[in-house]
Amino acid sequence: MVIAHEFDYRRPASLEEAIGILSEYPGSARLLAGGTDLVAWLRDDVVAPDMLIDIKDVPGLGEITVDDGVLSIGSLVTFTELIESSLVREHAPLLVEMAETVASTGIRNRATMVGNICSAVPSCDTGPVLLVYDTTVYLAGPGGERSVDINDWFIGLRETALSDDEVVTRVDIKIRHHGGVYVKLMRYAGEDLAQAAVGVVVYPDDEYKVAFGAVAPTPFRSTRIEDALRGKSLDDALVADVVAMVDDETSPITDMRASAEYRTRMTEVMLERGLWEATERFAGTGTAYGVRLI
Amino acid sequence: MQLRTTVNGEDWTLDAAPADVLLDVLRERVGVKSPKIGCERGDCGSCTIIMDGRTVRSCLVLAVEADGHEITTVEGIGYDGLNELQSLMLGNNSFQCGFCAPAIVLAATELLEHNPNPSRHDVQEALAGNLCRCTGYEPIIEAVLSAGGGGAE
Repeated sequence: MVIAHEFDYRRPASLEEAIGILSEYPGSARLLAGGTDLVAWLRDDVVAPDMLIDIKDVPGLGEITVDDGVLSIGSLVTFTELIESSLVREHAPLLVEMAETVASTGIRNRATMVGNICSAVPSCDTGPVLLVYDTTVYLAGPGGERSVDINDWFIGLRETALSDDEVVTRVDIKIRHHGGVYVKLMRYAGEDLAQAAVGVVVYPDDEYKVAFGAVAPTPFRSTRIEDALRGKSLDDALVADVVAMVDDETSPITDMRASAEYRTRMTEVMLERGLWEATERFAGTGTAYGVRLI
Repeated sequence: MQLRTTVNGEDWTLDAAPADVLLDVLRERVGVKSPKIGCERGDCGSCTIIMDGRTVRSCLVLAVEADGHEITTVEGIGYDGLNELQSLMLGNNSFQCGFCAPAIVLAATELLEHNPNPSRHDVQEALAGNLCRCTGYEPIIEAVLSAGGGGAE
């Protein structure tokens, strides 16, 4: 099936040029990085832009760096590059654990992590992981650079804090000692979108962060569960208490991939296993990152 | 728009509209038929090509994005007859209908390039995005393991 809609295409050589083109096409341009969502959406007529701005030649957006306690991931970094990065593996191992579950090699070679949070579908794998880290998204627009806390990033279904005239340049993660898990429920062990997903991180002094994917219109953190856990060591009663909150905290739908009830029940199981495993990994006694809990 | 690309070592200059998908341009304009039109949404893997050394889904790449890049299809790697991996697949009856075969050869080629002695798990992961409805994967995995030296566990 061909793409029926016609559009123009430009490949700017600088960030300023990209922002300039965005301003020429207010609301009717789309940024193209890996294209693994966008080209499918163009084919399905989900989006119909007048202008496609391919940012793959914009310098400086493809880097992974560590500076002053911050891990920076450029907006052109692919899932394969995350998996192969020793810096990411050392400082944000959940990103590697997550990236290994994203689609297939042929998609991961092309799809970018930032593209994933810009597409902002409910099942986006990157969401729950960036939410449990201390993450800031950096954007460039006509007025200069601004930053958005990841907690303010996801606004609704396929809707983010990104304005029409802005480009995401990078995502910064504050490096802290932690242990964590990304647990993803799929229909089979190969490639699939998440039916439900849970991200958990344990920081020093029994600080916990808990986020969910594919069980609400956006990935989200549960501060209610985090508050119940704060300052406490895990025991069976505490885990049972927070697992009992999952039903209220989530609002899954029934679709072709899973029923709402199945999603809820499995999210409870995944949270329970995830909390224990994240704690073990924090203590250095857990499984290696990448070992699947479900 | 004009684009210049290298396909299996040959330089091509092509005119393409921004909405032209690379898979269609390769098949219809360049005449390379091994990338197959399957699901056209990145799930089945049958349109796999190698671009700058990495497998990509040519159904999800616009032709204009290939400007300045190097493309390899199975026609390019079996030019002088079957290579070792292909011979092992043939000997192992890895395929029946053959629709998925070019893509799986490329996916396995990429894997062996980065990981010359893959484990069974590595092979399964590398091929997870390539659907085969004939042989049940096992004869494919065995051939790739043999090509990789037997398979490290």
